[in-house]
This record gives sequence, C-alpha cells and structure tokens, in this order.
Amino acid sequence: MAFSRTARVALAVTSVGALALAGCGGGGDGGTAAGDPQRGADAKTITLTIAGNAAQGGKNTRDADWLVNYVIPEFTKQMAAEGVTATVTFQPSGVDDEQYKTQQSLDMRSGGGADIVALDGIWVGEFAQAGYIKPLDEVVGAAAGEWDGWAQIPDSVEQLGSFEGKRYGVPTGTDGRVLFYNKDLFAKAGLPAQWQPASWQEVLDAGAKLKALPGVDPIQINAGTAMGEATTMQGVLPLLAGTATPLNTDGKWLGDTQAVRDVLGFYQSVYGGGLGDPLLQQEAKGRDKSFQEFAAGQIGILLESDYFWRSVIEPTKGIAPMADRDSVVGYAKIPAQQPGKGPNGQNFVSMSGGGMNAINPGTDFPQQAWKLLQFIMSADAQKARLGGSAQITARDDVNAEVLAADPMLSFVSKEVLPITAYRPGLGEYPEVSKALQEATAAVVTGAAPADAAKKYQSALEGVLGGADGITTG
Amino acid sequence: MSPKELVGRVGLYVLISLITVFMALPVLWLLFAPFDASPTLSTSLPDWTGRNFGELLRNPDALPSIGISLVHALGTMALVTSFGALAAYALSRVKIPGRDGLLYALLLLSSIITGTAAMVPIFTLMTQIGLVDTQLGVVLVLTGGMLPTAIFILKDFMDGIPRSYEESARVFGASPLQILRDVVLPVVRPGLATIAVWTVVQVWGNFLTPFILLRQAERPAAVVVYTFYTEGGQADLGLISAFSLLYSIPVVAMYVFVNRRYGFRFHGGIKR
Amino acid sequence: MALTASPPAEPAEAAGVTKSPAPQAATDAAGLGRARASVFVAPALALIAAFLVFPALWTLYLGITNYRLTGVAALRPRVVGLDNYARALGDPEFLNSLWLTLLFVIGSAVIGQCVLGFVLAWTLRAVPRTVRTVVELLVMLAWILPSSVVAFLWIALLDRDGGTLNVLLNTPGMAWLIEYPMLSVIIFNAWRGTAFSMLLFSAALNGIPPSQLETARMVGASGWQQLRDVVLPHVRGHILTNLLLISLWTFNDFSPFLITAGGPNGRSETLPVFVYNTAIPGGQLGFGSAVSLLMLLINLVLAVVYLRLLKQRRA
Repeated sequence: MAFSRTARVALAVTSVGALALAGCGGGGDGGTAAGDPQRGADAKTITLTIAGNAAQGGKNTRDADWLVNYVIPEFTKQMAAEGVTATVTFQPSGVDDEQYKTQQSLDMRSGGGADIVALDGIWVGEFAQAGYIKPLDEVVGAAAGEWDGWAQIPDSVEQLGSFEGKRYGVPTGTDGRVLFYNKDLFAKAGLPAQWQPASWQEVLDAGAKLKALPGVDPIQINAGTAMGEATTMQGVLPLLAGTATPLNTDGKWLGDTQAVRDVLGFYQSVYGGGLGDPLLQQEAKGRDKSFQEFAAGQIGILLESDYFWRSVIEPTKGIAPMADRDSVVGYAKIPAQQPGKGPNGQNFVSMSGGGMNAINPGTDFPQQAWKLLQFIMSADAQKARLGGSAQITARDDVNAEVLAADPMLSFVSKEVLPITAYRPGLGEYPEVSKALQEATAAVVTGAAPADAAKKYQSALEGVLGGADGITTG
Repeated sequence: MSPKELVGRVGLYVLISLITVFMALPVLWLLFAPFDASPTLSTSLPDWTGRNFGELLRNPDALPSIGISLVHALGTMALVTSFGALAAYALSRVKIPGRDGLLYALLLLSSIITGTAAMVPIFTLMTQIGLVDTQLGVVLVLTGGMLPTAIFILKDFMDGIPRSYEESARVFGASPLQILRDVVLPVVRPGLATIAVWTVVQVWGNFLTPFILLRQAERPAAVVVYTFYTEGGQADLGLISAFSLLYSIPVVAMYVFVNRRYGFRFHGGIKR
Repeated sequence: MALTASPPAEPAEAAGVTKSPAPQAATDAAGLGRARASVFVAPALALIAAFLVFPALWTLYLGITNYRLTGVAALRPRVVGLDNYARALGDPEFLNSLWLTLLFVIGSAVIGQCVLGFVLAWTLRAVPRTVRTVVELLVMLAWILPSSVVAFLWIALLDRDGGTLNVLLNTPGMAWLIEYPMLSVIIFNAWRGTAFSMLLFSAALNGIPPSQLETARMVGASGWQQLRDVVLPHVRGHILTNLLLISLWTFNDFSPFLITAGGPNGRSETLPVFVYNTAIPGGQLGFGSAVSLLMLLINLVLAVVYLRLLKQRRA
C-alpha cells in the first residue's frame, strides 16, 4: 500500500485546517457578545427567538403551547401598541436535557442561538464560566434592576438564576422534595396515617414493618447511574443535607468523608437489607417504573419532588394516575440523620431545582429581549401558563393564588421551601454528581460503603485533576 | 429420498424456522402496540384502536418530519450514488498512485466523523459557511461521511465489470462518456441500487447530525421520535409506537421496490 | 486463484487491494485517461475533504487540548499534549470499554453476523422460493428499520415485566438487560446486522461454478466435505472483506446506547457509548476526541490484520 499520496493529501488538508482553526479561535466569547445594552433599542422592526426544551405535542407540550398561543401573540400585540413590529418565534427542542444543553452550548459558543434561552438552574455556572451568558446588568444595563417582578421572587429562589452573586436571568419555577408514602400500605403494616419520621432510623424502621407485606418494596430512594441526576437530587443530596455537610464549601468538594460514608451506609441499609429493589435502580427506565409501582401500591415510601404529585400520580392527567391520590398518598418532610443534625440545626431538609431564562448576550435587541422576558415572567403570563393547574412558580403572588387549592403544593411552598437548599452551580458539578451516582450504584450492587466512598474519592480526583480541591476525613 | 436425506431436510427446516422466529420476534411489538389502546412494553394482542394514529395526525411535527427525512434521504442518496459511482469508476479503471491507501484512510476517518466527538468541529464549520440550520447542510455532512464507504463498495462492483464490454464498445467508436452511460451503467445498476438503499437506510435512522445542525428548520423523523414524551418526560408509548410504524413504512417500501426492480444483491460485487 | 473460473471475477481480483498479482491491473478499458478520471473523482473528493477530512482533523486537534463544551475550559482551552491519551490508557473505565467493544465485535460481528449470515446464505439455497423470500425479508427488516425503532423493539422484547421473551420462556421478572447486558446487546447486534453478511455470502455462493459442487458430489463428498473443500476456499476472500467491514461498523456502532445507555454501571459501555457519555453528559470534548483517535488507531490495526490475511491468500 502506498501512503505517499495519502500523506500529501493529509498534509494539504491539515494546513487548511490549521488556518481555519486560527480563524475560528477557541470559541467561547461568541462574536458580538455583550456589546452596548442599548443597541437596537429604537428599532421599529424586531425579531426575537425563544428557545426551550419543549415541543408542541411532545415533551413539555404545555409550555410550548403557552409560548406559541399566548406569549408570542400577546407580546406582539403589546409591541404593536408601542409602534414596533415584532416577529417572535419559538424554537422547539423537546429532547433529552443533556442533548438540549449541548445544542444550546454549540449555538452560543458560535455567537448564535435564540435571544431568550431557557436553562436548567444548575447549568448557569458552567454557561457563565464559558462566557455563553453574561450578568443581566451587563446585557441589558440598568433596566435589569428596575423590574418590579424581583420583589415577588424569594431570595432563595433567585439563586437559580444567579452565579457568584450576580443575576444572569430570571428563575421560572422551583420545586421541593419530600417523602411520599402510601397510607393504605401503612395501615396494613400498622403504621400511622399521619407519619413524620424524625430521623433516618425511623424511615428504616417503617421500611422494616412494610417489608412484611407481600409484593411490596418498602422504600424507593433513587440510586445508580441509570437514574442519572434523579439519583443525586432525590437521593444523595437530601441525605447529605441531613448530615449538615454541604457538597461544596468554599470551592472545595466533599470527598471520602464520614458524611459520604453515612449516606452510602443508608443506601446499604435499604438495598442490602431487603428494604428496596436493587434491580430497579439499574434499569434504564427504572425511575419511570418506580412511578408505576408506587401508583400500583407496590412501593411504601418514595423520595420524590412535588412533580411526582402534580404530574405523575395526578388523578386524571398524570402519567401513572392514582384516582384516590388525595386520600391514599401522604407526604412528610425529609428528616435529618438525627433531629437537629440538618444545616443550621434544622430537623428537616430538602433539595430544590428549577429552571431560569437567560438573555443571550449576542442578541441584536437586548432591551426588547428583556421586555419579552419580563412579559414571560409577569404574573398574568405565569397564570396563563398554568392554565388552572397548580405548580410552584418563582413568584410569591402567583403561588399564593394558584397553590391555594392544593394542600400538598402549599405544604411544599410554605414548609419545605424555607428549609431547602440548591445544588452548587459550578462547572464541575455534573461530574461530581456522576461520581456520587456511581458510588450509590456500587453500594446497590453489593459494595461496602467504605469501599464505594474510596472509589468515589478517586473518581473525584480524576475529575478535578488531583486531590487539592477535595475535603477528606 | 433416503432416510438420511429426510433427516437432513427436516433439520434444515428446523434451523430455518428457529432463525425465522429469532428474526421475527422483536418485530411483533411494532405490529401490535400501535393499535393498542394502552400500549405497554409487553407484546400482546391489542385492545384494537386507531386512536394512537389520530393523535399522531394531530401532532404538528409528526407528518412533516417524515417529509424532511425523505428530503435528507433522497438528497444524500443522489449525491452519494452519483459522486460515489463516478469516483469508483475512475478509481477502478485508472491507476492513481496511493489510491488504495487513500481509500482505507478515508474509510477509517469516516468513523471519527460519525462519532460524537466531532460535533464541535462540524457545527463550527457549518456556522462559518452559513449552512447551519439548513437542510442542505445536513445533506452535505451526511454525504461527506458516507462517500468513502460507498466508493469502497462501488469500486468492487466496478472492478467486477468485464473489461471486454468496454473494449468492444470502444472498437465501435464509443466515447468514454458513452461507454459509461450505455455499457457500465446498465451493468452496475444493481450495485447502485444497493448503495442507494444503504444510503437511505443510514440517513433514515441518523439522529446526531440533524440534531446538531437544525434549530428553527423542520426536523426529521429520527429527531422528532425522541420528542414524544408525555408531560413530565415519560416516553409516550402510544405516540411512539404509532409513529415508529409510520416511520418504518417508507424504508421498507423502498427496499421492497428496489429489490423487485433491480435486485438487492451484491452480485459480483465486494470480492477481493 | 485456480478456483476462480467465472470470468467476471478475474479482473476484480486483479484490481484488488494489493498491487502485486496481475500486470493488467486497472486496465483503462474505456480510454478514460488520467485527466478525465480526476474530473470524475473531484466532486466526491471535494465533499469528503470539506465535510469529513477537515472536521476529522480538527477533532484530532481537540484531542490534545482540555477543551470542554461549557465552563472555564470552553472559554480558554489549553493544549495539554498527550495528557488525554495518558489519562485514557490509565483509566479503568476506558480499558473496560475497550474490552467490552472487543467482546462486542467478536461476539456479534465475527461470530454472530458472519456465521448466521453464512448459514442463512447456505441453507436458503435449498428451499422453495417463497420461504426464501419471507426469511430474507425478515432479515432485511432487521437491517433497514431505523435504530430508534429497533431500540424500542428490543427494549420491549427484553423488558423485565411484560417482555415478550419472559412470557415465552416463562421467566417472569427476569431483567435481561441488567443481568446480561453485554450478551443482550451482542445478540441484538447479531440480529440487527446479519443481512449484510447474508447478502454478501449469497452473492459469493452464486459465484461458485455448479460444476465444482457437482464433481464433489459425484465423488461422494458429504455436505460438510463439500463445504470445507469447495465452498470455503472459494469464499475465503468474501469472508475476510465481510469481516473487515462488519468489524469496523460494529466497533463504531452506537446502538447499544439506545438499549442499555451503557449500563448498568458501565457493563455495556462500548467505546462509542463511552465517547458519548464523556462528550455529552460529561462535556469533556478534548478527552472524547482523544479517545476517538485511539478508536481510529484500533480500527487501523483491525484493518491491517485483515489486509495481511487477504494478502497471504494471494501469495
């Protein structure tokens, strides 16, 4: 085989490639990023695009429908009244969240992308560090602070749209995690209908009683890598919060420590002690299946977000509807390891997540994009989005109105949100989270907590390139 | 038939039946689930309904996405087959130094480009030349990725055409282009049909390239099928199964058509 | 070469991958000429250069940086030289993926598709046309259905609760994809890709002069002896070409992801899945690109081994 010509061709192409690479640079600051906040402010004809991980007739169809049928026409009308012809479009996606994130990163890295981009709150740090998004003050100027809506958004919720103390966008909504339990099964196992465990041990004790019931998995606490972020959010982090040990303090990540070993020990008590189904944690669709099983009365206790209540077991429109949800399903706050062992001496803990809307720094019309974002986040628009259903939004005034009829969501809003915590929005978080998921996976498949914690530590060192940014002990 | 032959015959049919069951078993779900009122992952005779298809027709993305898939598949097929055939013929008939090495190098590189790691280079390249978010851009990237394999396979078909055909045509004074059109093309038609089907099948199922490159533009079926989730991110099995059936019909129909018309075979092809 | 009696095959052999055997290699029978040949090659080469070679080389460049899709390294990627390669080669997850990929290639392509394809091609010669058509259509169906559809079919087949396989085998609750993830995707891929081998071998078997089989039968050779003494020597070249292509395809196949997502705990995470998990959820594009180059090098080794074997056959 003669490679001489191949080599020549390759050489020629490489040099062309090198030139182009020099031209494109490393990417990141995305061309027109963050110029004059007033650019295009007087334009009479504008175009704006909204990107979200939703598609009509597909994933998050309600949000997509609302954007297309309410936000866009109403905002266009509002702009027309000001003498501006606005063309607003919605750019649908509706795929896996990681894939959506990839799409948005690619767009913003090359200076393109929609003007308003919906992001998961946890991505804000990574996007900010990459220069894909900029603080609102820089993108839209002084107008950013003048919005009256800020007064309605609690400080804790505002974290969702912030990074290093700066606002990068407006949070859209939040949630809270609780322990759901099946009152029918509890009655059969001789447990109280109004249940509020005060420690991890009390959860395990309840599980031990439920174990006597045939065909019932007493406890479902998400574990393993197949569940992905659900393992971290509905498992590791709420437990870790119960040891009053934050995952990240002053930029240092929590390594192989007593707290991590305790959390993994809890997993071992559940899955090694016959209180949970280890196989379910490894199935590709395990979380979906846990929903089905809870709805079918085969799971006693389930740690989930309020999403489970309003979208999964919702009696009519849920994906695993429970006609008797309101009478059969109870909910309790997640206890700390022992009473008072939570952060700030709390007895109970929770974790929250949620989304935010950022303005693309590369937009041609920063002022109008900000107006559109304010409109999206106005009380009227948010109420239109919910269309009569109840969900926790970022706004107190809207919550007070829409949650009134739903005791569970009111419970979350009043009792859980004040004690909740958010994930550290740092670039490394997704990989730290993955390492935690792997540690739980190891325990579920039989590893000792101490060994899994050791493996977690070395995975962490691999991610962070050394042990410097890790606390141990 | 001797007893021994009989045993052999029975054994043959048992073997073929086993293989047939193995091949057919997974496909059953596709035949039943779309018509089931509440489809699950288990295959069972359905509680017959056409509701899933009604819902599919109401979905704003479903039918257009099949059209876009057709645009991608036919566009890529046209480019890959025509350019691939021209190149394969020239490479088969004219000795170019380093030809085989080049072919193998390209074949290997095509594996990188179809992988995930190449997405930033491809996206940036397409942004720079203004083809991001266009159907043409998707077709070009797909074509570039498939041409090496197509040339590799087609060259074998071309190698298999007896030189004597072309030589006699030349004796009768035909020009190279005439020879290509009137002698080579008819002989190599099954090969072209094979490559055409192969291209369509590859494009039809490709998720990554259109997913990375398309935004506002209408998206193909391979991407849209992943958006069929219920409120809250559970796979909507009714919609997915009905769409899967609809999405499969065009490629299957094309195969049946091509197979009848040209024969889907590697006749003398791929020899070496 | 003595066995190659059919005329069409001869030039094909001659124009084969090595320059060695025949002097009349690549006869320019149509009088094409170099210039015209270049024009014929140009459009394909231009598209390949622009949309394949260029981004592929760029990917290779990313492999020596710490580039990431988000975070600080997205803004200011650094050239880290061979760090990514060193990290990959010392990474147990990578080595695990490499091992699984080799199992996948050997199990599903070399053993599964190649053997099943040959068996089908051989047996279907002796059955009535209608049987042949039906079986062939089923085999082709597995190959032409889009991968997302196929993934759903297999998830449904192997599902733990109501899966068809569990109903048939009466093994309720058997979680095939968790207990035997690698075996499941290997069998899946054998099912998925047998069509190519079957088609190729049917063509090859058709090329065997009936007279030779006839002669063998006359001297009383059993079916097995015919296969060994007449058929296998004749189709050895096809087998190797087939193995080369299906090995490369299988090595780079992403569809296991659609069925098991690489799980549980990486037990079916073949290299393409590893790259995906590194690059998309992990965001580490530099590292992912480096692994891609390692994959290419392994592909190269595979290709060279097959080509050597082909050459030996000629010698």
